[in-house]
Amino acid sequence: MADISFLLLVFFMVSTVFVRYRGIPVDLPAAEKIEKLESRRDVTNIWVGSQGIINIDDQNVPLDQVGPMIHAKMRANPRTVISIKGDGGAQFGLISDVLQELRKVEALRVNFATDRERDL
Amino acid sequence: MLQTRERRVGPEIPTASMADIAFLLIAFFLVTTTLNQDKGLSLQLPPVSESKEIPQKNICNIWINARDQIAFFEDAQLTPIEFTGLREEIERRLAANDKLIVSVKSERGATYRMFVDVLDELKMAGATRISIANPEE
Repeated sequence: MADISFLLLVFFMVSTVFVRYRGIPVDLPAAEKIEKLESRRDVTNIWVGSQGIINIDDQNVPLDQVGPMIHAKMRANPRTVISIKGDGGAQFGLISDVLQELRKVEALRVNFATDRERDL
Repeated sequence: MLQTRERRVGPEIPTASMADIAFLLIAFFLVTTTLNQDKGLSLQLPPVSESKEIPQKNICNIWINARDQIAFFEDAQLTPIEFTGLREEIERRLAANDKLIVSVKSERGATYRMFVDVLDELKMAGATRISIANPEE
């Protein structure tokens, strides 16, 4: 009994990653052909709200600050994957601006976060 | 006399509460663990410096306008296409030319949802070379 519970304990301890940032509420778009991101520790989230708010690490940042913030993260961990949690109603122009900022700081691995599977 | 008594008794660690402690910890980690992973559509962006000359016949331009309508942009003219027919059309084009690069160009006013839907359709059609064009260009 104690063995089993310790086994479970170890499993949960290893698989636990604490949620560090809550972000802003967004209505994620849906998609079918989705891929899972392997390691949560390498993921940096950028939230983009429908009203054009950009949020990184629970801070609302202006567009020109996205580059420097991500650059610092890339330097700390070169394997960083950027997950863009954009609201479905956000304008594509803003998402494109964020992508351009990411390209400038060589953060090229991007994942467009989607929610559930799409019903066709 | 003192030595023999010590050898006989020996120290003991109480293990009765061990399982309780383990279960308490399990309960804690069970509650705090969120197993759902981040998932979404992955894309590798090109570096800023990179600009390759690609033969025009290997590019397929898809245009999304501010009213979320899709069209193919070929020979300086737009051919509108319904969203439902997009996947088949891309599949057909990919079968005809396996070097095809699909370039998605979208107006600034288009919604992000439409862009993700188009990207999803492209991926479902089997397109691996997808490029996102700047809306400003």
